[in-house]
Amino acid sequence: MEKLIRSGSDTMKRDLLLFIGFSVLIMVAPQLFAGGYLMNVLVFVGINTMLAIALNLLLGYAGQISLGHAGFFGLGAYISGILTTTFSLNPWLAMPIAALAVGCLAGVIGFPILKLKGHYLAMASLGLGIIMYIVFNETVELTGGPSGLSGIPNMKLAGVSFDSDVKNYYLIWGFTLAVMLFSINLANSRVGRALRAVHDSEVAAQVLGVNARLLKVQIFALSAIISSLAGSLYAHTMTFISPASFGFNFSIELLTMVVIGGLGSIYGSFLGAALLTLLPEILRGANDYDIIIYGGLLVLMVMYMPGGLVRGIPDLFKKIFKPKGGADHA
Amino acid sequence: MLEVSGITQIFGGVTALDSVSFAISAGDITGVIGPNGAGKTTLFNIITGIYRQTAGTVHLEGKNVTGLPPEKLARLAMVRTFQNIELFGGMTVLENVMVGMHTKSSAGLLACAFKMPWSISEERRIREGAMKWLEFTGIVDLADHVAGSLPFGKGRLLEIARALAVEPRIILMDEPAAGLNSQETVGLAQLIKQIRDTGITVVLVEHDMELVMDICDRIIVLNLGTKLAEGTPREIQESSAVIAAYLGDDD
Repeated sequence: MEKLIRSGSDTMKRDLLLFIGFSVLIMVAPQLFAGGYLMNVLVFVGINTMLAIALNLLLGYAGQISLGHAGFFGLGAYISGILTTTFSLNPWLAMPIAALAVGCLAGVIGFPILKLKGHYLAMASLGLGIIMYIVFNETVELTGGPSGLSGIPNMKLAGVSFDSDVKNYYLIWGFTLAVMLFSINLANSRVGRALRAVHDSEVAAQVLGVNARLLKVQIFALSAIISSLAGSLYAHTMTFISPASFGFNFSIELLTMVVIGGLGSIYGSFLGAALLTLLPEILRGANDYDIIIYGGLLVLMVMYMPGGLVRGIPDLFKKIFKPKGGADHA
Repeated sequence: MLEVSGITQIFGGVTALDSVSFAISAGDITGVIGPNGAGKTTLFNIITGIYRQTAGTVHLEGKNVTGLPPEKLARLAMVRTFQNIELFGGMTVLENVMVGMHTKSSAGLLACAFKMPWSISEERRIREGAMKWLEFTGIVDLADHVAGSLPFGKGRLLEIARALAVEPRIILMDEPAAGLNSQETVGLAQLIKQIRDTGITVVLVEHDMELVMDICDRIIVLNLGTKLAEGTPREIQESSAVIAAYLGDDD
């Protein structure tokens, strides 16, 4: 029994070491790939990782689908963008205001919407995402409509303006790593267990005293807040935003990142985001065939790695490096 | 301990329960029996807040708990198990029981995510408490197994361990012996008596008559949605009304 209790704190230490190792890799990566364009792509990997984690907390842990997450991402971007351009607010102030507003909105919408289950929840969240997209497009005097909102200022910290890819890389990944650590802690806690319990059997979780309804709304709001933060960072990095980045297609892309990476795994969300962000860049050489290869690869991965990359890759290594047949038992 | 009065449940014109009343005293093992379709599980679902009844009230330790949701009832120390065990299949055995400690811990979403010192010590306390219940039910050696891969009998024990982690004063078990072999059923009878001996009131719906007659202090018989009889196992065995309901009338 003591052994098992100790194994709990061992797991905690192992998780922490893994995270530190990962952070170090992320921090030295620019030294290895310090070539202009790739840095820009890696900035997007960071933003997408944050978004995939946000959706994964909802879908992978709590088991609640959302097909409208691009909307929260866009809302964060637009609130930050409008506050810093039209109202000349400091980006560091605009970002938490946007997050708070989006969190409140998600909390209010979450109560009715999360009563729905399965396909119905998917449809409702899809509608929500589309409504937000329409708002970005149609409120022209506020958002600039389809032609977008430009002139959004870069973030500044202690006299440094985050206006280059390398600087933005550290800004974005600083936030992304913080979100990762936050989510890993949450996943391995009392609240994380309650979320997974609601996922596996909502009625059993309730019988044990878990307020499933409130918990689902809380995680929905948290997920929206993280998406909004990613949106604000996106706006201040790009300095230009338009509705096209926050449509239904992007919601589906986020969903694909989470599923391909591995449901219910924080590092899986990183792998999924990294793959789906880098793949189009890698396939650029294949001209018109890139979409076919891209689609084909996704189909193959879902077929042969149903647990996502985070479980599929270790399995693949085991298969390759383990001698086949009973030779090692002879 | 638990008092239900005038419970009526009508599902779209079909009366599943018709004004059922009874009281369960603290420290007893009470069996609820009856032929299939008698309304036993419906009754459990109403008492534990999963269904909302058409009419009638439920009092727990003198407090009116009619219509309270299951999570509130858990905080009032009432817990239940399910006929088709409802485990958290993707989680380990230990984690399942740790969820049972939910009402006995309080760290919120932010405290957990920022790993506040009190949430870390609470986490340790949850883990230790959960281990205690795994020992009590004799499945401590399975702590690291994934719950979804357990054989049915062990899964049943896990569900009971998880329910006990809530530290209930009353536990309702829906057919705990269903799907168990005879050896496992003997172990279950022993475990239920042990649970009662720790001061927890036990109510069970059960089809295994041998088990019911062996461990129950009192028995309530339901038939076609009404209470047919109530008494000690001996009284029930000798009741002609009960025999008629089970075996059919001679006349």
